Amino acid sequence: MVTRTFFDNNLKELKEKVLHMGDEAKKAVILSMESLVEQDSDKAQAVIAGDNKIDHMDEEINEQAILLIAKEAPVATDLRKIIAALRVSSEIERIADMAVNIAKSTLHIGGEKYIKEIIEIPKMLEISLEMLTDSLTSFYAEDAHLAKKCAQRDDEVDEMYGRLIKELMGYIPQKPTATNQITQLAFVCRYIERIGDHTTNIAENVIYLVTGKNYDLNA
Amino acid sequence: MSTLTTTERVFDVKDLNLWYGDNLALKSINFPIHYNEVTAIIGPSGCGKSTFIKTLNLMINMIPGVKMSGEINYRGKNILSDKVDLVELRKNVGMVFQKGNPFPQSIYDNVAYGPRIHGLKKKQELDEIIEKSLIDVALWDEVKDRLNAPAMGLSGGQQQRLCIARALTTKPEVLLMDEPTSALDPISTSKIEELIFELKEKYTIVIVTHNMQQASRVSDKTAFFLMGELIELDDTTKVFSQPYDQRTEDYISGRFG
Repeated sequence: MVTRTFFDNNLKELKEKVLHMGDEAKKAVILSMESLVEQDSDKAQAVIAGDNKIDHMDEEINEQAILLIAKEAPVATDLRKIIAALRVSSEIERIADMAVNIAKSTLHIGGEKYIKEIIEIPKMLEISLEMLTDSLTSFYAEDAHLAKKCAQRDDEVDEMYGRLIKELMGYIPQKPTATNQITQLAFVCRYIERIGDHTTNIAENVIYLVTGKNYDLNA
Repeated sequence: MSTLTTTERVFDVKDLNLWYGDNLALKSINFPIHYNEVTAIIGPSGCGKSTFIKTLNLMINMIPGVKMSGEINYRGKNILSDKVDLVELRKNVGMVFQKGNPFPQSIYDNVAYGPRIHGLKKKQELDEIIEKSLIDVALWDEVKDRLNAPAMGLSGGQQQRLCIARALTTKPEVLLMDEPTSALDPISTSKIEELIFELKEKYTIVIVTHNMQQASRVSDKTAFFLMGELIELDDTTKVFSQPYDQRTEDYISGRFG
């Protein structure tokens, strides 16, 4: 017999809000990468302007979570669901900040011709975004197995990051006038690597939610 | 199932079965109770929690048709089979009920009742015991100027604290509390809960409660009973964060019961 329909509906709603916020962050990241590849300052500006909305979603999730804790006195799994929602939303908020950072790098580079075509960086981002999608799915489905699997892919991102940074740094002696552009591109790689880390943190929170244990997937 | 450590046990209940007539109300209960700990017993109505607590000082024997098997070892002695001095047992294992039940006497005489029946007559010693007991339950300041007033004139929360004071005068080792705050307002409830914290220093406390948050606040160990079975007994922090049994989780999170 289910006796806490109202509370259960609220928990579900909270989860859906987190998922929705995750989708918005993902869109922002994709748009920021488009702005970089296409050197489109309008898209970059749109990402920067849109961050407010995501921050607002984070606040809303926080408020609802706090209210649920205060009103419903949750324990055990219920409590972990709320704590996980709080933590995951703040990871998503950071991911959205990375989109803003990438957009700002686009603006810093401006119309300057790229030293080479931007191909590898979007590929790296693609892996991060697949991870993000999986981690959000695992959060929604409370699937610790999927969470673990998605976090394992962070090694691919880290490996690519190392390779790209090395390559980019290698261009500096050859093209010293492009140092600003190269640095900005290296920053972008760093931001994407951070997205992978935040995604791993989301996966860790899913495992916490399901098992009650803290798990370091970066180790 | 349990992460319980074995500190010294004041009670060690082993394989306890209890029947009301033909109805098996407690099923093979194994339940250690440790010195100076607060153990909370939770569970839906009719799960056997009050029955269980009443076996610990054999108050249960006052109900006709009760049969028991197994062991209830109190300080190493099985009170079910060995010869037990019931007066002595109940002096050591005191009890407080759901609603304050003061005798229709003065505040003073209520608290003096226990020591008097145990033979204490000297006024000065009685005065000391009464003052100390009333201080222990944080009631002294509220009643010191009207010790001869009728106890029935006290508020519900005061009556309950008076009854706890009365239970303490015989210096019990264990205090059994059967839903001691269910009839009280939040302020009186928090006074009793704070009292439990203080009493824990000197006494072993077993408390039956319907208030889940109370159990999580005041107790060291929590036991969950369901239909006469002890489903889970573990550290309170464990029970309220990661219960072992799904039925415990469903109950503490308010999904049945």
